[in-house]
Amino acid sequence: MEIIENKYFLLALTFGVYAVSKYIQKRTNFVLLNPILLSIAAIIIFLKITGIDYSKYKEAGAMIEIWLSPCVVALGVPLYQQLDEIKKQVVPILVSQIVGCLVGIISVVFIAKWLGATDEVVLSLAPKSVTTPIAMQVSELTGGIPALTVSAVVCTGIFGAIFGLSIFRLTRAKSAIGESLSMGTASHAVGTSRVMEISPRFGAYAGLGLSLNGILTAIVAPTILEWIM
Amino acid sequence: MALQLFIIFAMLAFGELVVWLTGVRIPSSIIGMLTLTLLLKLGIIKLRWVKSASNFLTGNLAFFFIPPGVSLMLYYGLIKSQWIPITVSIIISTILVMASTVWTYKLIRKSNGNHRK
Repeated sequence: MEIIENKYFLLALTFGVYAVSKYIQKRTNFVLLNPILLSIAAIIIFLKITGIDYSKYKEAGAMIEIWLSPCVVALGVPLYQQLDEIKKQVVPILVSQIVGCLVGIISVVFIAKWLGATDEVVLSLAPKSVTTPIAMQVSELTGGIPALTVSAVVCTGIFGAIFGLSIFRLTRAKSAIGESLSMGTASHAVGTSRVMEISPRFGAYAGLGLSLNGILTAIVAPTILEWIM
Repeated sequence: MALQLFIIFAMLAFGELVVWLTGVRIPSSIIGMLTLTLLLKLGIIKLRWVKSASNFLTGNLAFFFIPPGVSLMLYYGLIKSQWIPITVSIIISTILVMASTVWTYKLIRKSNGNHRK
């Protein structure tokens, strides 16, 4: 059985599962069959059935995960390409980001508390809308469980990527730019990947939302959490 | 390819340096992203030097979230005992963030537009 714990085997499994998941979504065109969601579920089931320890998978997964930071840096390119357009709307962008950041932290804390989550869990959920490195940092700083925060971040991203466009339709905002921006604010890089599929121009706005909310959350979350916890 | 990845990782390294020197709590990746945008704008980095690496990474963003997502299995017990507050708060809060952000953006854009007219 040791061969399937080999890191190349687990890496091949991850790429393969993702390729199959993408194919399934393409064929069925069913939003709930989100490729990331399918891949995560398939890998967890595989690890459970074979009894491979998570720490073994983590060794292989770390080689993929390390590319998350370069991905965020790479979003600087679409951002640069939209810079002139963005400059014309600095005020609406900044104000909406501040609103989104505050709503994101405060709402999740109050709802989770009200429904009886323990403090540790509430603090882990608070930075759920921002990109993993920031969310983990905030979680660690405020007394949450960073690894649980990562799970919350991934779930928030997947939820946004699947339902975001339908939610925006219900808001009747009818602003593709505003929607892309808000997708990044609410669902970080996973949401960004969804609008990137539509066009790199919208992807740039989502990337902007992701980075602005990330920066704002890193700055204000510790203070806000101290007040409302 | 080497130049492309050099630029991306140099931005990250620069971000790390800024964090190390100033102790700011902003991740090195965000500093790297904003620095890359600035250097492209100033013309110090040419777009074609980073374009293909950037296209590859931003085009496959979602994939890199699979390994951190698998860590969900570590918290099976905790998630099972508090799954209602966890899922309900994430879903409602995400909807609220999307709606409030897009409405605020729209509202200010509209009032700004009227001023200009």
